[in-house]
Amino acid sequence: MASPSLMDTLFQRGLDDIIKGVRHQQSSTESIFMSRVIEEIRREIKSTDLQTKSTALQKLTYLNSIHFIDMSWASFHAIECISSPAFSHKKIGYLAISQSFSESTPVILLISNQLRKDLKSGNEFEVSLALDCLSRIGTVDLCRDLASEVFILMSSSKVFIRKKAIGVVLRLFEKYPDAVRVCFKKLVESLEGSDSPIVSAVVGVFCELSAKDPRSYLPLAPEFYRILVDSKNNWVLIKVLKIFVKLAPLEPRLAKRLVEPICDHMRKTGAKSLVFECIRTVVTSFTEYESAMKLAAEKIREFLMEDDPNLKYLGLHAISIMAPKHLWAVLENKDVVIQSLSDEDPNIKLESLRLVMAMASESNLMETCRVLVNYALKSDPDFCNEILGSILSTCCQNVYEVIIDFDWYVSLLGEMSRIPNCKKGEEIENQLIDIGMRVKDVRPELVRIARDLLIDPALLGNPFLHRLLSAAAWVCGEYVEFSRNPVELMEALLQPRTSLLPSSIRTVYVQSAFKILIFCIHSYFLQKEDMTSEVSDLASKRECSESSDLATGKALVQSDQDEGFNPRESNQSYEYPSVVDTGDGQSSTPTFMEKKSLMHESIVNLLNLMELVLSPLSSSLDVEIQERACNVLGFIELVQQEFSNPLIRKEANLDREEVIASRVVEWVHDGFSEELGPVSVTAQDRVPIPDELVLKENLTDLEAICGGVELPAPGSFSLTSPYYGESAVFSVSNLQAEEDSEPSTESTSLLTEHRKRHELYYLPSEKNKIPANDYPPANDPSSSINTNDATEDLVKLADQSLVSKRKPNHAKPRPVVVKLEEGEAAPVVSKKPELKDDLLSGAIHDILLGNEAKAASSQSNPSDKSSSKRKGKAKHVDLLDSNLAVGEQPNHENPSSRRSKHRGDGKQKSKKSKGKKNGDGREDDGEKESQKIRDHHGRHKSRQRADAPINVVPQTPDIPDYLL
Amino acid sequence: MIKAVLVINTQGKPRLTKFYGFLTVEKQQELIRSVFGVLCSRAEKVSNFMEVDSIFGPDSRLVYKHYATLYFIFVFDSSENELAMLDLIQVNPPAFQCFVETLDKCFRNVCELDIVFNYNKLHSILDEIISGGQVLETSSTEIMRAVEEISKSESASNSISIVPKTVSGWRSR
Repeated sequence: MASPSLMDTLFQRGLDDIIKGVRHQQSSTESIFMSRVIEEIRREIKSTDLQTKSTALQKLTYLNSIHFIDMSWASFHAIECISSPAFSHKKIGYLAISQSFSESTPVILLISNQLRKDLKSGNEFEVSLALDCLSRIGTVDLCRDLASEVFILMSSSKVFIRKKAIGVVLRLFEKYPDAVRVCFKKLVESLEGSDSPIVSAVVGVFCELSAKDPRSYLPLAPEFYRILVDSKNNWVLIKVLKIFVKLAPLEPRLAKRLVEPICDHMRKTGAKSLVFECIRTVVTSFTEYESAMKLAAEKIREFLMEDDPNLKYLGLHAISIMAPKHLWAVLENKDVVIQSLSDEDPNIKLESLRLVMAMASESNLMETCRVLVNYALKSDPDFCNEILGSILSTCCQNVYEVIIDFDWYVSLLGEMSRIPNCKKGEEIENQLIDIGMRVKDVRPELVRIARDLLIDPALLGNPFLHRLLSAAAWVCGEYVEFSRNPVELMEALLQPRTSLLPSSIRTVYVQSAFKILIFCIHSYFLQKEDMTSEVSDLASKRECSESSDLATGKALVQSDQDEGFNPRESNQSYEYPSVVDTGDGQSSTPTFMEKKSLMHESIVNLLNLMELVLSPLSSSLDVEIQERACNVLGFIELVQQEFSNPLIRKEANLDREEVIASRVVEWVHDGFSEELGPVSVTAQDRVPIPDELVLKENLTDLEAICGGVELPAPGSFSLTSPYYGESAVFSVSNLQAEEDSEPSTESTSLLTEHRKRHELYYLPSEKNKIPANDYPPANDPSSSINTNDATEDLVKLADQSLVSKRKPNHAKPRPVVVKLEEGEAAPVVSKKPELKDDLLSGAIHDILLGNEAKAASSQSNPSDKSSSKRKGKAKHVDLLDSNLAVGEQPNHENPSSRRSKHRGDGKQKSKKSKGKKNGDGREDDGEKESQKIRDHHGRHKSRQRADAPINVVPQTPDIPDYLL
Repeated sequence: MIKAVLVINTQGKPRLTKFYGFLTVEKQQELIRSVFGVLCSRAEKVSNFMEVDSIFGPDSRLVYKHYATLYFIFVFDSSENELAMLDLIQVNPPAFQCFVETLDKCFRNVCELDIVFNYNKLHSILDEIISGGQVLETSSTEIMRAVEEISKSESASNSISIVPKTVSGWRSR
């Protein structure tokens, strides 16, 4: 290390000099200046003089937070600074640490001792620095090491320190749940204190805690209730309300008690923040209480009338919370809502949009959407998309519940996609396909809309709409029989601008074009058959009659249009606009099949066109496109042989020549015309697992045998297992297992290495494999019966869903919307609470219960309490690591059953102690508890630990009767 | 829980940043940039709240207040009340009077320069109000008292070294 020159040590630049320096720099010279400064800091920070060091660190911290300069390299120097005796150095050091340390900072453990020292310091500000720091960067280790120090500080005589110590508790609990056992009781006691900053801090902590796991804090409801009634501090009241919002759904009896005081606050307080919190509490949790809701609505109205956009926004927000259950609140404020839609404030606009959509019903939906879409055209891109998004999401609710006229809705979707700012292509795509599959009656209209979208070359230029176009293409291919003019569709699908599409969508285009082609050729053959069988007169060839079964009488009208067709085709022009109106003059919905026939030349032209467009694609870089194009080209080649021969031959050898092609076309057509039905997302879960399938057990056996192997040997063998029966696999893997059973680490590592090298031949690692084994493989010979059953089930399911799941007795002529049995929206996963929370809540369960007992017992014999209880707690802490995990887990397996027990328990108690005051009730409980604890006293400590939760837990969820 | 406190000037330069959760400097810079991007697109006299889930992750709200050349920004989650947060920034009796008022008291009509040059003190004030993401003190008199005590013990500990080593300290003698 170069020793710093005298000048450097004497004239070190301070933070102010740096700030001034940076301000004087032009943006061009700033980076040079900055690198010079950092150079300087790097030198100074190594100085042995703490003053120089800390100043350098301060400069670095400043640059880090304002100019985003990395300071992770200086972490050790920060630690040096906090160990300085001077307060100013400490402060700089702690600021640097809390700003730059993360869990992964290697030196973080080194601060543990210094923190402990400072936590014990006599200077309250040093203590506060250490506490602040801990609350920012506390790791598991730090929190474990320092929990007891924090606990001591929580009972400090100085409010200032107590407050800060409580601020750390949250971090402590989060990182080291066992700290609950030490600190929780103190925390609850602080709730009862009279120092307003303390209560405020504690309530804040409980607010955070109850947001994660409200049930554990239910027993504290009486305390919170007392604060709600007594406190004058708005901050505290708001936090208590937040807690009650979390608790209320868990304990229905709470609401009755709470409504009055909350309404009281709402009426009396002048603080808007508190009023709003009251409103929010009422509208989220107490929707059953008519009078409270009325009052809340009144207050909301006041908010809406204010000029302050904040209040207006929050008012609207509150109404939107009310909307689902109390639509009257929205309707009452309809005027404001509508007016707000054109407010300049984006928040207000958004909220009012939500409310407008909430008011939408079957009767006014069309009108609302029309207004909104018009409004969307005029508004800025963001809000435009908000509008479109909310229309889309409202309309598709509950499988398009609100929509009666699907023709209208589909055309609305078409209209929406033409709005220049529309970015909702993906959602519209989903809905187009969804509606196509669910609503049979709307398909003709759907095809018409899709056609309009496809033939508009402008849409291809907007990447946000590409997804939508893929839906349109799919619709056209799938329901081509409803099209008036398939040839036109074909041209649209093959237009040159499709090269703008991403390859995944081009594949859809190619496939759809193929479907259309099949359809055209198929109907051409049908026609031919009819013609030869019915009309032998060759002269009528030009005016082909309809295929008899489809003819409806207006058959011959369209012969003119046929002529219009062919020239266009041969020119291969893409002037669509002229085409657009061809069909529109007609009434009803004449489909292609009904109205005209296909000419031989038009088929030939189609084939030529396709060949022309697709041949370059057969060498496309994208596999999907290339493959599809090749398929289609192969097909075209086959068919073309039949068609390319001059007309003359055709007449003579019609039957024979076209027989092959027609048969192929027939097959493919049949394949395509198979209807696709919607399948529930949960359908696969309902496929029963065949009884004989014992793959899983096998694997677990193996796991037991070669448990140590990370990627068990069967991994390599199970490749065969799903397909060729298990017996063979079992023997083989057994063999393997025996080999493995000599637990040599060598073999394990060899195995993993082998796997690494030949990853390709291994199945994906266990996680993916096991669930895969749950399902019967598609072509498993051994379990074919079951498989058949399964697939049959699926088919049945689809059938059912297609046929029988229409909405019962719909009065209006609403088309059938296919629905699946259960809520298909998303499989509702009943998620178990996370393990970490479990740990915390478990600890709190225990403590609360123990705590109550202790509090009570302390009331009876106060002298006994402090010493023994604390000792007991210290023991808990020691034992925690080993016991907690084991002792706690089973308790949390089935909280519901436990809970129900408690309920019963609580009722009993309530009968018993009716009329008693709350203190009595609690003491009563407490005494019982302490009795139990005393019973266990003589036993082994660990035993006590294990028992404790069982005794203790039943108590927790009860709320003393006085509250209820 | 408060997730971050930011002071940004109208040019987008950060003047004070405090994140109550570790973030790399790159991430911090990115967040500040996107917050500023949204802020400066907002008109005057619109509401002071923003949903910023896209920037700060789920359940994030933002309250800001525009004073002269500065934006004061608090980012927080659903366990805070929006209006209370706004009150925490601005002077709004009869509620809590906090950050800006305390700054006003400290610097007599705070302006951007005060904030630029009093980096240290600013953090002292903020740390008195918020600790580990929780609001611990809402009374500006209490905050003032603590902050003054802290500066006193800072200068006391500094005066131990007889010769001020920094240039500015030298000059100010």
